[in-house]
Amino acid sequence: MNRGLELTVAGLSHSYGDLRVLDGIDLTVREGELVALIGPSGCGKSTLLSIMGGILRPETGSVLLGGRVPEGCLNPLTYVFQDFALLPWRTVRGNVALVLEHHALSRDERRAMVDDVLRRTGLLDFAEALPRQLSGGMRQRVGIARALVVRPAVLLMDEPLSALDAQTRELLMEDLVSLWLRERVTGVYVTHNLAEALRLADRIVVLSRRPGRIRDVVPVAIPQAERTRPVAQGELAALNERLWHLIKAEAQVAEREVIDD
Amino acid sequence: MTEVSAIPAAVPDRRPVPHRGGGFVARSQPWAPWAAFAVLVALWEGAVRGGLVSPVFLPAPSHVVAALYDLFARGTIWRHVGDSLYRIVLGWLAGTAAGLAAGFAVGIFSTARAAGLPLVSALFPVPKIALLPLLILWLGIGEASKVATIALGVFFPTVIATYSGVDGVARNLIRMAQSFDLPPRAILVKVVLPGTLPAILSGFRITASIALILLVAAEMIGAEYGIGAFILAAGNLYQTDQLLAGVAMLSALGLLIHTLLSRLERWLLRWR
Repeated sequence: MNRGLELTVAGLSHSYGDLRVLDGIDLTVREGELVALIGPSGCGKSTLLSIMGGILRPETGSVLLGGRVPEGCLNPLTYVFQDFALLPWRTVRGNVALVLEHHALSRDERRAMVDDVLRRTGLLDFAEALPRQLSGGMRQRVGIARALVVRPAVLLMDEPLSALDAQTRELLMEDLVSLWLRERVTGVYVTHNLAEALRLADRIVVLSRRPGRIRDVVPVAIPQAERTRPVAQGELAALNERLWHLIKAEAQVAEREVIDD
Repeated sequence: MTEVSAIPAAVPDRRPVPHRGGGFVARSQPWAPWAAFAVLVALWEGAVRGGLVSPVFLPAPSHVVAALYDLFARGTIWRHVGDSLYRIVLGWLAGTAAGLAAGFAVGIFSTARAAGLPLVSALFPVPKIALLPLLILWLGIGEASKVATIALGVFFPTVIATYSGVDGVARNLIRMAQSFDLPPRAILVKVVLPGTLPAILSGFRITASIALILLVAAEMIGAEYGIGAFILAAGNLYQTDQLLAGVAMLSALGLLIHTLLSRLERWLLRWR
């Protein structure tokens, strides 16, 4: 059963000063669907995610939320950040509890919710640790726990694994997949990593380099649970080839661009 | 020792790789500062006793210690110490309270920033001791003018430390809090305030030194009691042993303040 909402982006453009970063984006993320946004660096994918979650006002165009907010959902549009965005002066428990403190919940309820989410993310033994005492992977687990505790309807993930080393990324990706299969909320996953997109997404939206436009939308038909099986590898390799072909030229140009502010 | 037998025997001229690293690393040598201090004091004592310097202009360390002991034994010094402590504590607290309030206002509200920041920047470089005569005219020769001088000297650096601390709070943390719909008040108390604390605390170190300097200066200009007045009076009477005893007390006061601030910092910023 889907617990997610539908998120629609219509005619969206955005500039920073004279610099146009997004141009005419139209996109619908269906209930319970996970869409990956990929594109070369600086193509505006993080900007698009900020606009989709309502923390950045778009220049033109709009973002619409469709469907009824599920019962018990405290924060429909919830982010997981690339840099984790944890308060360094709060413990793991304190960081997760932070986002519940302004809701009308009893002390016991809040504690039960935090304990439950810490157990699900394997953080219960680290509940009293400070962020600086944790590895990058554990910090991002805290970021994910904080996102789950508010029972989101749409998870907006901004390169959640990019700050991690390869092994940690692999481990956390498996956690994300199983979490995804369990929670079935709507998701938007920004990444520049093709493998991550192919592992997780139902559809992959390819953005062009600046100003970001939608170049193509590539559906991945294989269920997430079956993507690590040998039989799926041929099809995934073909998709990978197709996606790489789409972004290679763009990435080459983007890489050679001189950034002047 | 199988590894050794695994080395091929045929290569000629086999020798150890020369070591080029090392050095350029500060090693801890806890005895060194004490030794340096002891040598200095010994040289000083020797120079005076050996007749190289006149004890009128530079009394020996032993004489300064004796003068200190005498001052405390007779109890005359307490009045001076008490008055000085009263002025510096009151002045520092008043300047800090006002500075924190103004600093947060300037850091958070754009209107307060646009109006207040040029004012603060313009008045910050004014040497506050130059305002003491004016403050005496306004507030009288009593405690109020001295306390106000210290408070003014503390106020401006506190404003600057606080508002730049607010500026320095990571934007991503504020964005995070907003994305979870935290009310603005909660963002201020739970994100901005703790994030500003390191800057405020390092501001405290600066304002404590400023307060001490202004205390002594104000007491030298117009006070009957206080360590500054005591030092000035001792100088006028060529009582250089008492003069240096006063200086030693000021150093001890400064050291005490910095120790307390370090403790406070370690306790409040234990998450770092």
